[in-house]
Amino acid sequence: MTLDLALFLVLACIAVASALGMLLSRNTVYAALYLVLNFITVAIFYLLLGAPFIAMAQITVYTGAIMVLFLFVIMLLGAENLPAPNALPWQKPLAIALAAALFAEAAYLLIVKARSLGDVLPPAEAINATENLRQLGVALFQNYLLPFEIVSILLLVAMIGAITLTKKEKGARNG
Amino acid sequence: MITDWTLWLEWFIKALVIIFALLIGFAYLTYYERRALARMQTRIGPNRAGPYGLLQPIADAIKLIFKEELSPAKAYKFVFFLSPILTLLPSIVIGAVIPWGATVHWFGRDINLYLADINVAVLFFAAIASVSVYGIVLAGWSSNSKYAMLGAMRSTAQMISYEVALGISLTPVILLANSMSMREIVEAQRSMWFVVYQPLGALIFWIATLAEVNRAPFDMPEAEQELTAGYHAEYSGMKFALFFMAEYQKMIIVSAILAVFFFGGYLGPGEAQYPILGPVYMFAKIMILLFVMIWVRATWPRIRYDRLMSFGWKILLPASLATVFLTAVGILMFDVAKNALWMWFIPVSSMLVFAICVIGVYQALRRLTYERV
Repeated sequence: MTLDLALFLVLACIAVASALGMLLSRNTVYAALYLVLNFITVAIFYLLLGAPFIAMAQITVYTGAIMVLFLFVIMLLGAENLPAPNALPWQKPLAIALAAALFAEAAYLLIVKARSLGDVLPPAEAINATENLRQLGVALFQNYLLPFEIVSILLLVAMIGAITLTKKEKGARNG
Repeated sequence: MITDWTLWLEWFIKALVIIFALLIGFAYLTYYERRALARMQTRIGPNRAGPYGLLQPIADAIKLIFKEELSPAKAYKFVFFLSPILTLLPSIVIGAVIPWGATVHWFGRDINLYLADINVAVLFFAAIASVSVYGIVLAGWSSNSKYAMLGAMRSTAQMISYEVALGISLTPVILLANSMSMREIVEAQRSMWFVVYQPLGALIFWIATLAEVNRAPFDMPEAEQELTAGYHAEYSGMKFALFFMAEYQKMIIVSAILAVFFFGGYLGPGEAQYPILGPVYMFAKIMILLFVMIWVRATWPRIRYDRLMSFGWKILLPASLATVFLTAVGILMFDVAKNALWMWFIPVSSMLVFAICVIGVYQALRRLTYERV
């Protein structure tokens, strides 16, 4: 357990540092790379929690696909260097207020609520084995079939929308 | 917690074996490729250094180590330095989950001939393969040069497109083996290799991996004639050697994965009695699959970029989705009817669908091409 704790602390430091780096970097490519590092750290958190499937899905989807597309667009537009910050006047106080509210909520949940919930870690035998994967599949396709289908349709609609937006009009083809 | 130090020693030795096997494999794969290509083009190939030119890779390595390392004046230095490493790492990391044999009994203990048998190995492969594009993209960007940039853009688009078909073509294998662990996938092939049930799946997987490792006829990102060398145009010396190494190690790794998923991995006659034969069969299968890759390079010209994209999205992706569907139907009917004939429904119907798919798209493309004139 102590090894897990040490791993967690190191990873947590990396996660926070990379998140800060992402926010503070003035070069969008470096910001994207910090975010990639952050996603990989989060994937390792999932592994520590005994959810290898979610960890691998996190790396495949976010690190492997979405962030590569981000980088692709940044490079395609040549938008590496951000202009100097020119924030809206009301943005800063609002951001501070919202951040304070979020921190207060998180602190309340962690300190007050977490005690009454007791041990939230999953039992050790559920962590391991292929059963984990099978349970996930069964839960997704039996208990939550309707939400799953609705989300699929939503994604399909988004995809069709993207195709329709980029499609050329008939007759306007010029090469 | 693991307190048994011999277990740590065992893992350490296995990790070293994998790394050195890939290193030596890379060196001699270049020799193998040059000799095989030379034979196909009625040349002789490297034959000066050592008997049959066998020392050629070592001579090349020494030459590359002593070459001057240049970096462009306006390159982003840190990323420029990092990207060869990022390109090389994924292929070695994937090597950890490939089984090259069952269990042998040596030194009074059972030694498994694989480093890690994780229950999400297939996903692990997909995840690491999707990360491997970063090295190439960052190499192109950090070089701050037109050709490198164009090469990187092409490879990003290509790798993302073919990754989709690659990922989906793995699903039928998981369905057939009923597991995501590579070892269980191999063990499930004891009665019959999956390539028999999944000829189309194997074909799609193989084409997609060719595109993933940027081999001919999909070597668009490097295209010597148009882009000088694509993303690694600005690299020299050992950094260039790392890119080269990454490409050849990826070839070895994807051949190994193809062997594991479709060609029975380490299985072969006599393997059950003498598990030590497993790595030998694995080696032989990888050599044959690598030879096919080299053969393809010698045979086919580079495919045009728009055709590459339309092939990936309009033929490979629908065909791979169709295999998933047909495999699921076949397995379900087999379970319901308990008739082994239903398993043969999968290869027959998938090849039929593939034929229809190819003919349909080919006709459509022809119409499109000739209308435009």
